[in-house]
Amino acid sequence: MSEITLTIDDQPVTLEPGSSVLEACQELGIKIPTLCYHKALGGYGACRLCLVEVEQNGCTDIQASCVYPVQEGLIVRTDTERVLRTRRIMAELLLARCPNVDKVKEVAAELGVTETRFPKKNEDCILCGLCTRVCSELMKSGAVDFRGRGNTREVGPAYDKHSPICMACGACAVVCPTGAVDLSEVSSRPPRPVTSAYDAGLVQRSSIYIPYQQAIPKLPVIDRTTCMHFLKDASLDACRACESACSAKAIDYTQEDEIVELDVGAAILSPGFCLFAANQKLELGYSWAPNVLTSLQFERLQSASGPYEGQILRVSDGEHPHRIAFIQCVGSRDYEHNYCSSVCCMYATKEAIIAKEHEPDLECTIFYMDMRAYGKGFDAYYERAKELGVQYVRCRPSHVEEVPDTQNLKIHYEAEDGTHQTEEFDMVVLSVGLQPPKDAQELADRFGIALDENGFARTAPTSPVSTSRDGVYVCGPFAEPKDIPETVMEAGAAAANVMALLSESRGTEIVEREYPPEKDVSGQPPRIGVFVCHCGKNIGGVVDVPSVVEYAKTLPDVVYAEDNLYTCSSDTQAKMRELMKEHNLNRMVVASCTPRTHEPLFRDTVREAGLNPYLFEMANIRDQCSWVHMHEPEAATVKAKDLVRMAVAKARLLEPLQKGKISINNDALVIGGGMSGMTAALNLADQGFQVHLVEKEEALGGVMRDIRFLQNGYSPAQWLKETVNRTVDHPKINVHLGSELKSVEGSVGNFSSVIAKNGTEETVEHGAVIVAIGAVPGTPTEYLYRKDPRVMTQLEFEQRLAAGEEIGERIIMIQCVGSRDEEHPYCSRVCCTQAIKNALQFKETHPRGEATIIYRDIRTYGHHEAMYTEAREKRVRFVRYEPEAKPEVAVEDGTLYVTVNDPVLGQPLRCEADALVLAPPLLPAEDAEELAKMLKVPLNSDGFFLEAHMKLRPIDFATDGVYLCGMAHSPKLVEESVAQAMGAAARAATLLSKDELELEASISEVVDANCDGCAYCIDPCPYNALTLIEYVRGDQIKKTVQNNPALCKGCGVCMATCPKQGIFVWHFKPEQINAMVDAALEVE
Amino acid sequence: MDETNEFEPKILTFCCNWCSYAGADLAGTSRLQYPPNVRIIRVMCSGMVHPNMVIEALTKGADGVMICGCHPGDCHYLEGNLKAEKRAEAIELLLEDFGLEPERFRLEWISASEGPRFAQVMTEMVETVRELGPSPYAT
Repeated sequence: MSEITLTIDDQPVTLEPGSSVLEACQELGIKIPTLCYHKALGGYGACRLCLVEVEQNGCTDIQASCVYPVQEGLIVRTDTERVLRTRRIMAELLLARCPNVDKVKEVAAELGVTETRFPKKNEDCILCGLCTRVCSELMKSGAVDFRGRGNTREVGPAYDKHSPICMACGACAVVCPTGAVDLSEVSSRPPRPVTSAYDAGLVQRSSIYIPYQQAIPKLPVIDRTTCMHFLKDASLDACRACESACSAKAIDYTQEDEIVELDVGAAILSPGFCLFAANQKLELGYSWAPNVLTSLQFERLQSASGPYEGQILRVSDGEHPHRIAFIQCVGSRDYEHNYCSSVCCMYATKEAIIAKEHEPDLECTIFYMDMRAYGKGFDAYYERAKELGVQYVRCRPSHVEEVPDTQNLKIHYEAEDGTHQTEEFDMVVLSVGLQPPKDAQELADRFGIALDENGFARTAPTSPVSTSRDGVYVCGPFAEPKDIPETVMEAGAAAANVMALLSESRGTEIVEREYPPEKDVSGQPPRIGVFVCHCGKNIGGVVDVPSVVEYAKTLPDVVYAEDNLYTCSSDTQAKMRELMKEHNLNRMVVASCTPRTHEPLFRDTVREAGLNPYLFEMANIRDQCSWVHMHEPEAATVKAKDLVRMAVAKARLLEPLQKGKISINNDALVIGGGMSGMTAALNLADQGFQVHLVEKEEALGGVMRDIRFLQNGYSPAQWLKETVNRTVDHPKINVHLGSELKSVEGSVGNFSSVIAKNGTEETVEHGAVIVAIGAVPGTPTEYLYRKDPRVMTQLEFEQRLAAGEEIGERIIMIQCVGSRDEEHPYCSRVCCTQAIKNALQFKETHPRGEATIIYRDIRTYGHHEAMYTEAREKRVRFVRYEPEAKPEVAVEDGTLYVTVNDPVLGQPLRCEADALVLAPPLLPAEDAEELAKMLKVPLNSDGFFLEAHMKLRPIDFATDGVYLCGMAHSPKLVEESVAQAMGAAARAATLLSKDELELEASISEVVDANCDGCAYCIDPCPYNALTLIEYVRGDQIKKTVQNNPALCKGCGVCMATCPKQGIFVWHFKPEQINAMVDAALEVE
Repeated sequence: MDETNEFEPKILTFCCNWCSYAGADLAGTSRLQYPPNVRIIRVMCSGMVHPNMVIEALTKGADGVMICGCHPGDCHYLEGNLKAEKRAEAIELLLEDFGLEPERFRLEWISASEGPRFAQVMTEMVETVRELGPSPYAT
């Protein structure tokens, strides 16, 4: 059928037959007041606010535009005095019926009506019929309808009884303009709010939703468990409201889950974890006291994208809390959960610090059992929290009581002195623990892998990411609760195992994409094509796109400009490629959304059209224009033109760029022959790479040689022996014993290192370096160590125990001897587990023996908590001490006495000891500093190697091609070192498996003519990519800076440092940026 | 730009690609409204912006210039943002030499998840500069 053209306020508009005059007005952007109109339901003509004057055949009439169909030649006026006067009368009538409804008052006020001349009622329903229509027409339920006639007409379920046919979908409440619908009055079913999982249930969402703002891909999904279209019988074809709202017609209800069969050689399971359901601990208030939240909910509260935009507000009354309590170990370290969730101490500390940063007057109290700040940098963070005033109270609260009037919360707990205490807070945060994912058992059954007694995937210390089934690996908290760095390390480890397993088939599935040859545009004047996107209504609904196109045509060097409904659609892409050829374009500008999501697509289009992909520029006129200036169409159009002008200004100066390539040496150098170094070397060798393993001692093994027991009965000696034998025998591993690294030259892909042994030097070439130099146990300087033979370190005790030496029946262990103090402020992480392991071993061989562990916090994180439980069951005594009151050791009459102030008893405890076992810290290797200088990588303040990012890149250095593992990174248990070593091998292999390294194209370039060698740029470069060189020019020595393209990432810090324009970044040249600045400031 | 006689400042904002530019996008996807006076120039890192670029923009007629980067510790290039922070001190001294009010330049950390903050900072900057009046260099 042909389209219909009519005129509204002198503007012509063309629509499909059957459309209403209201829709025609909306098409033109003319605002018409409505209360009873809904796009999915169409017009109804109930509220009579959308009145317009229509003229046909010379007669004018007032009509409701929402129900008046468009007709050819119709003339409509929306702004005559008659129209406005009639609408005002309608508004007065509505205001008389519902004088206290905000929405009615608001609409009336927009029409200039604030008072009504008609007798007032006090209704909240305007009888618009939206609820009845949505219920019958869309939801096909018909649970609510009109009842009565005339002035007793009202809306509700049949017989005014709770309706049994109502599905409690809530659509009536959603469409109701006045908020008059109370679902609990309508339905016999309980209302079931659909809450956002991303916002931890704090806010509601609809059944079609974008999971979260930064989701990739950022597309809406339909929740079939709540969507009425899917819940209702298919023959009813219910709802489809989202379909009518989507102008791109992207909703497809027929989509089904697809079953895709993949042919794979290995599988990695990383399903993560689920949080403990806090409503299982009713005594702590969650689910019945509104101001008790879980830690994840609190995290969302603090987020800028959270429910209150980052404001911390109470759920009950929206007030700012002044006192917040955190209760630790909720769903961890109890009878049902014989493990520690490993992350809660630190996340609670972090949440408390951030809360205090928001509001310094806020009081934060953390109720905890042991502060498990065992990770790298964690203790420093814990100390900072204390400095900021976060209070730590050592206890396990028994229950939470709500204060009736204020809905504040009283926490009941037993203080360390045994007294019962209560303390009142405005908000309580439960630090919920990590549990295996909900479908763990099903996943395990499907893959045929074993789970442990807690339901986590079973792994062994000797192979930390391998499951009970060959070829199936796990990483992350599916095997054990863990923090982000460990998760990332294990992810690398799982990948390393797979790469070794499948090394033969590496690269066999890669399909190279072919492009047409690239046209040479050098010397050609710019010929720019500008494509302006409507993005449906997203841009076109605000910005006057055709005028932007016309404007673009006037800009210098623009030879073609057009608008597209969706520039990113595949048919538009094809058309653009043709247009680029047709008009011989050599630059392209797209004015649409954000380059962050769409630049790769358009660059590909440019490349497909035979041009260099860098001859492209984008103007962000949606995310940064139409969407943020929705109510200012004129200003938005001006801004869109400015943004196009700026993009064109840069496009005129764009140059084709090529990504450089360097060849790569595929061998690796591993420094350090302990468990980490050997593991990394073995994995790389198993993947097929040649490895040089350098160890300064005459034997492999490192600290592992002194370890006699492992938890769970694994034999460290056996494991070490097997590993050493495999390393020595491996044809791909070249072991350099008794050797030292003299120098390392070169950079990623091409290093050259000198290894010295017995006065001879050997130079090896390699593409990657793995640092695995470990740590060394410290030597205690107190507690009579080396002054009394009965005093020893844990490692010495372990050896005596293993050798079956006589050590007596009374063992006392002191923890943190030289750790967590001023000299070594960090936690050595392994000592608590080691002490308990040795205490249990001692109990094994000395059933009547007494073992006492004097500690500050027991940090048996993760599954090691079970050892702590076992130790207590086996009557190992645990006595806590404060750093201000350290234990005292003395010999009297030949007897060794240890005195400690027991905070539980509140008095000193004096014990006799046959052996005193000390836990010294693990210290950075002595040669760490020298090696760091050689490799140009940093150390942290404790002297351990500093990774590129504490959480996200725990294996990488900022310098490409150099990787880190084991205790050189920080103290850790051997299974953690091994996982990190495998991860380092995986990181190295991603580099070494290539023959060529493709470099960034947009990197720095030195302008030798401008550079006078002042070297200002060299230190600021975060990647050590710049060096000062000298060469002979004419009869003079010229100083200049050289950029290593293999290291440069194009951040441009050098460019902004240089006082002489001696260095720039391709694609962001000063003249390119300045051209944008000039264009932005140009006055039209 | 203005039909009323109220002064409408021109603000240029250099946004780093990884955090602040994404924060600006998020303000858009969240439909947070802020005044249309800001023109964003995408750079890879806040540490890429030469102090001269800021001064030149101001002396060529921009009423205000901002540099927005990642929060300390979040820089995609490790510490380019800290370099920008150091340079901001130099820029402030230069402003004085050029007879420009210090409020015409601002350095802000805005992360990719801080859409609301982006809109708020832009609004504040526009209001501040609006009160200052046109740049003495504006034509």
